[in-house]
Amino acid sequence: MLARNAESLYWIGRYVERADDTARILDVSVHQLLEDATVDADTAARVLLSVLGVEPESDEPLDAWSLTELAGYSTEHAGSIVASIASARENARGAREVVSTEMWECLNATFNALPERQSYARWGGPHAFFAYVEERAAMFHGLAASTMSRDDSWRFLLLGQSVERVDMVVRLLLSRVSDRMSSPGWLTVLRSAGAHDTYLRTYRGALDAGRVVQFLLLDRLFPRSVFHAIHEAESCLQQLDRRPTVRIGAKQEALRLLGRARSELEFLRPQDLLEDLPAQLGGLQECIREAGEAVSLQYFHSAPWVAWTAPEVS
Amino acid sequence: MTTVSRSVKRSAKPRTGRNGSKSTPPAVTPNGDPALFDGYFQPDRAHPDAFDEMFDSDGTVRTPYRALHEAIAPTAAADLTARSEALDRAYADQGITFSLSGQERTFPLDIVPRVIAASEWTRLQRGIVQRVKALEAFLADVYADAQIVRDGVIPRRLVTSCQHFHRAAAGIVPPNGVRIHVAGIDLVRDEEGTFRVLEDNLRCPSGVSYVMENRRTMARVFPDLFTRQRVRAVGDYGSHLLRALRAAAAPNAADPVVVVLTPGVFNSAYFEHSLLARQMGVELVEGRDLFCRDNIVYMRTTEGEQQVDVIYRRLDDEFLDPMQFKPDSVLGVAGVLNAARAGHVVIANAVGNGVGDDKLVYTYVPTMIQYYLNERPLLPNVTTYRCWLTDERTYVLDHLDELVVKPVEGSGGYGILFGPNATSRELTHARREIQSDPRGWIAQPVVQLSTVPTKVADQLSPRHVDLRPFAVNDGDGVFVLPGGLTRVALPKDSLVVNSSQGGGSKDTWVLAGKSSGGDRELGGAGLAKSPPPSSPAAEHGPELTAGQQQQQQQQQQQRTR
Repeated sequence: MLARNAESLYWIGRYVERADDTARILDVSVHQLLEDATVDADTAARVLLSVLGVEPESDEPLDAWSLTELAGYSTEHAGSIVASIASARENARGAREVVSTEMWECLNATFNALPERQSYARWGGPHAFFAYVEERAAMFHGLAASTMSRDDSWRFLLLGQSVERVDMVVRLLLSRVSDRMSSPGWLTVLRSAGAHDTYLRTYRGALDAGRVVQFLLLDRLFPRSVFHAIHEAESCLQQLDRRPTVRIGAKQEALRLLGRARSELEFLRPQDLLEDLPAQLGGLQECIREAGEAVSLQYFHSAPWVAWTAPEVS
Repeated sequence: MTTVSRSVKRSAKPRTGRNGSKSTPPAVTPNGDPALFDGYFQPDRAHPDAFDEMFDSDGTVRTPYRALHEAIAPTAAADLTARSEALDRAYADQGITFSLSGQERTFPLDIVPRVIAASEWTRLQRGIVQRVKALEAFLADVYADAQIVRDGVIPRRLVTSCQHFHRAAAGIVPPNGVRIHVAGIDLVRDEEGTFRVLEDNLRCPSGVSYVMENRRTMARVFPDLFTRQRVRAVGDYGSHLLRALRAAAAPNAADPVVVVLTPGVFNSAYFEHSLLARQMGVELVEGRDLFCRDNIVYMRTTEGEQQVDVIYRRLDDEFLDPMQFKPDSVLGVAGVLNAARAGHVVIANAVGNGVGDDKLVYTYVPTMIQYYLNERPLLPNVTTYRCWLTDERTYVLDHLDELVVKPVEGSGGYGILFGPNATSRELTHARREIQSDPRGWIAQPVVQLSTVPTKVADQLSPRHVDLRPFAVNDGDGVFVLPGGLTRVALPKDSLVVNSSQGGGSKDTWVLAGKSSGGDRELGGAGLAKSPPPSSPAAEHGPELTAGQQQQQQQQQQQRTR
């Protein structure tokens, strides 16, 4: 398949997952801000924004509404939900023949309805908007799962999705690292990841920071855990690479990076996990960034535009 | 029966409107809304002399439109508006858009289809095939020995002065001899209802995606229209195009790799490029996905390089190859023309086809048909005055305020001057332009394009239409897609139908002949001879019996007590 299309699919996977996870994170945190008057809204909003990689321009105190404006509706900030959906749709537009019609129509209709949904949410509360984004992302993944053949195009999409999922879960945890061990904030982490029910059933209701972090980082069965997502990304990469096995070292840089990160998590003593959590998370983030670069170096060698005239020399 | 008698009554109604008798009470639909065709023949409508395709001059419905009129006339205006909005929404959500000055827009689809009778179509089809064959022969000739020029049938300077005559294309002989893989012949219907050719498009005629999408969307939004008559299918265009492209490949390519080359997502016809690539199941590539090495074209894939045998390019000649044409083009593939010359790749449509669809060359097409095929032209041209011939130029300059003046190189409806509507300054300007560059201009009498009822606000009004049928040449024969793109000028009075000038489109129906079994594109024998045996009933999981459910409910009641 065309390298350019592969790159588009990878980024569609990433952007849709990013929009979905950002909506989930915001949905929970915005409502916490709205419900709980004891929280310092400005600080909480700024922590969240910095974790999401969005820079607020003004120093004015932030609240739940302005947080939603910045991380949800803003078109200037590349990390916002609206920007992510726009980018996903733009990528799909350039790769229509490798994306099924249903998937494209899902993304396109999602994008077209954004302004209407925004104005409704500004009036009726942000949850309506976040719920819309989550629903449409779920619909997109459902359509992808039922309409794409399990060939390389599917693997690139899944690879992007998994890579982004690791990144977003790490960001989600980073937003809470300064919380107390028994803070109710950890519950919101679980909710954001859609892991609340599963967690309660797994740990029989006991809620503490250690177990929440364990669950989201190390659980082998929960699909939104970092371990599971890395594992998924690894298996995509392995299937994409059809070269014969090598006898020493890793076959490719991205696999090496992900494999190392995965085995570090795999063989970490659970009680050591909390000791140096910020550094652990930082390491994971770095690893994901490098792995993404390695993938693009290996597979997305689409040439830049080439002009056949010399630039004017003045 | 009742519906039939009701609609017969209504079909006579436009006559009352035409006579302008205000005293007659307006006809109403059963639910009391004003009828759709009220005031269709308003005396103040634009261009009253134009041929209306639905009604003849005394207001009766023409035969091909009878079933359609019966279906639409009893519809309430509100219903039609709702369906028309559904059409728009469907297009926006499917991303069926074209870009105009950087903005994505949908191409408005009108709710009333345009109908062409089977016999009429047969005649059109023959004329189009004849024209394409003659133009193929002409292109093959001018890029080889130019026998037609040696025989003095057309002047050499006609060919060499054409901006799209590319010397770089001389000597490139396509393996199966086809240069016009896809042609779009623009037709109009004059005041008598005769179809005439307005221009030929032999480079990258666009619009076929709308033909397919219009049909698909109409069938979804207005399903009952299709139940009354057999309309010929248009959905298989992709397979015809793919067959033609594969047939064009060099004979030594066993399983030719075909690609569609697009300028990119910001091109106005990008949707069409991607639709065609998807329907043919081939890659849609941009120039940067391809490269040439040793006169062989490859595309870059995740598994390395793959040789390309046929390029269906939707890119102008000038941008195709920076080595031959515009050196600053970033859209093309350097060296692709030499690869074609070496026979390693086939470019479809061929480079240099523009010499066949120049608006001045167009005036010589009837001559070509005579010369190459020794046949009488089946489709007449529109009368055209060639400004480069002295006597015709004198006539044009004398009658400038009655004629339509068009630039030979123009497309998209730009640069056209309507003499009757022009100000004296515009006329002076045009006169100067013609005198300074006579080769650049032609003039035609104002043709009143035929009209078809079109939804404007809550009413149906006559609006002008043209027709662009698409012809695909696979070397063995020319296939003409039944119907084609009908473009409609939505502003009142407008005779320009281009999408960039506020045009819309209509679904175009070619009715299937009554006896023609061969016309059933989707017919043919099924896989199994008999209907399949009945299957067992669908399975269900375990469910509670009514008795168990009742017990559970009782239990609850006791607790609450």
